[in-house]
Amino acid sequence: MPILEGRDVTKYFGGLAAVSHVDFHIDQGEIVGLIGPNGAGKTTLFNLISAALPLSSGEITFKGQRLNGLKPHQICKMGIARTFQETKVFADMPVFQNVLVGALFGSSNRISAVDATREASQALEFVGLSAMSATPVKDLTLVNQKRIELARALATKPEVLLLDELMAGLNPAEVSEAMELVKRIRDRGITIFMVEHVMKAIMGICGRIMVLHHGEKIAEGTCNEIACNKRVIEIYLGEETHAGS
Amino acid sequence: MDVTRLLKPRKLLVPGLLFVLLIFLVTFPFYGLPVYYVVLFFTFFLFAILAMSWAMFSGPTGYMSLATAVFLGVGIYTTTILYSFVKRDILSTLPVDALQPVVTVFLIGAVAAGGLVSFIFALLIGLVTLRLKGVYFTIFTFGLIVFVMQLVLFLEIHITGTRGRSLILPGTGAPLAGTTTIYYIMLGILIATVVTAYFIRRSRLGLAMQCIGGNEEAAAHMGVDTTRVKVLSFAISAAFMGAVGAIMAPRLTYIDPGIAFNMLYSFMPVLMAVFGGMGKLYGPVIGAVIFTYLQRTLMTELPQYYMLTFGIILIICVLFLPGGLVGLIPTLRSRLGRLTVKLRKGREARQHANT
Repeated sequence: MPILEGRDVTKYFGGLAAVSHVDFHIDQGEIVGLIGPNGAGKTTLFNLISAALPLSSGEITFKGQRLNGLKPHQICKMGIARTFQETKVFADMPVFQNVLVGALFGSSNRISAVDATREASQALEFVGLSAMSATPVKDLTLVNQKRIELARALATKPEVLLLDELMAGLNPAEVSEAMELVKRIRDRGITIFMVEHVMKAIMGICGRIMVLHHGEKIAEGTCNEIACNKRVIEIYLGEETHAGS
Repeated sequence: MDVTRLLKPRKLLVPGLLFVLLIFLVTFPFYGLPVYYVVLFFTFFLFAILAMSWAMFSGPTGYMSLATAVFLGVGIYTTTILYSFVKRDILSTLPVDALQPVVTVFLIGAVAAGGLVSFIFALLIGLVTLRLKGVYFTIFTFGLIVFVMQLVLFLEIHITGTRGRSLILPGTGAPLAGTTTIYYIMLGILIATVVTAYFIRRSRLGLAMQCIGGNEEAAAHMGVDTTRVKVLSFAISAAFMGAVGAIMAPRLTYIDPGIAFNMLYSFMPVLMAVFGGMGKLYGPVIGAVIFTYLQRTLMTELPQYYMLTFGIILIICVLFLPGGLVGLIPTLRSRLGRLTVKLRKGREARQHANT
């Protein structure tokens, strides 16, 4: 049984179908990539899974349990954590506090302050930012803010992690580091579903890729299958090639 | 070794000062000063409670509430309505000399009731309105003052058939409580407010509120039940406003909706908290005390130019003190630090020159 599954997932914004009749499934321990041109509905799909937006129709299940109608904080406590495309950090708080929030509020059972502190420092160490724990987050670079988001999400003890363009805006060296980090997270037994524009990253670490276009799923398969898929090349990779990247 | 020796007395400094201040405040009515000063002091308390309870919710969450006057009014009306029952059923049966202690006990009960009624009222209001974000929430709470005032006025005229209500003792017509009684009850509420604010700041609830102020969406996705946190903290802050309203009622003696739901009590705490600075727990208290004192002094010393002077001082503060008065402290401290370093260096240089 897949750990995360969506059936006929649909979201309308007024008359526009941002996500339309999408079926998907993520198995335990996988890294699944989600790609598509701008406006394809990738972030909307993430928002539907994490309950930032209610579904128009269809259903999403996590370990067999329906997620429809739940609130974001309940989704997080169940074991689905996420990061954001545009970093959403607690800018005025120090780095450590940001991560502590995830540890304190994110896990399903009430956790003692001592345990939360320990978990937050472990998560911070995992992303390699222990040295900055007292710095206010707003003074950090974009890469480091993204790492804080990652540490914060990890501190909630997730089983599934939704990464929304973790690598956007990073330089090649930083992308390689981030890829390493994602693999290490998977090795800890956390299932990863990631939206990404950086093809090198997607092709390098994902076991399976889903392609969205105008809210519809147009292809799904291994990296090779997707890279050779005519339709995908036409509407997505084709554009990119012409753009010269 | 030097460091620990230096740190220890400093750790004791703050609790020590607070203790001295507390003793001063508790013994203050016995110093034989004119009643004016007792009244001045409980006016300090009143605004300190309002500013602090306002900052308790609006400071960390960033939801700017103008509902302070509503909860204050709810407290005022709680006492007033409870008193009308007590007066008819209990006080009329008592001998005149037994009245005062009974009324004092009643007032303490009314303060608790005022806090509770405000708390419940804020829970209901919060559930409906805290979905509103930013300026819409502010406008709603502002509208709430007018709405509740008109509603109470309507009920008074059409249901109970009363327009104003007076709070005086039966028989003698004296006020329900002397200034000293009001002073001590308000001091009690102030202490409760400070203690609550202190613990909320260090609690999970406080951290959750800060997250909501930092980024509400991220907070929700990190497992913070944002609705619950907002509604609960809004209600806790309203409880203190209601409690202080309940003890304001006997001071007012005559209550009608226009007096009880006075918009000024919504704006003043905001100004005071911002003026004092919300970065520190004591910021709103300092703001409230200085503001109240300034207002009183200007009103008596410069009656013609009172508003003008007051306005100019406010503008200067907003322009040059973005962190409020307490925001000055780090700046002053670093200046002082630099000065001592300079002095020390000068002394060392002189010593070197001498050797």
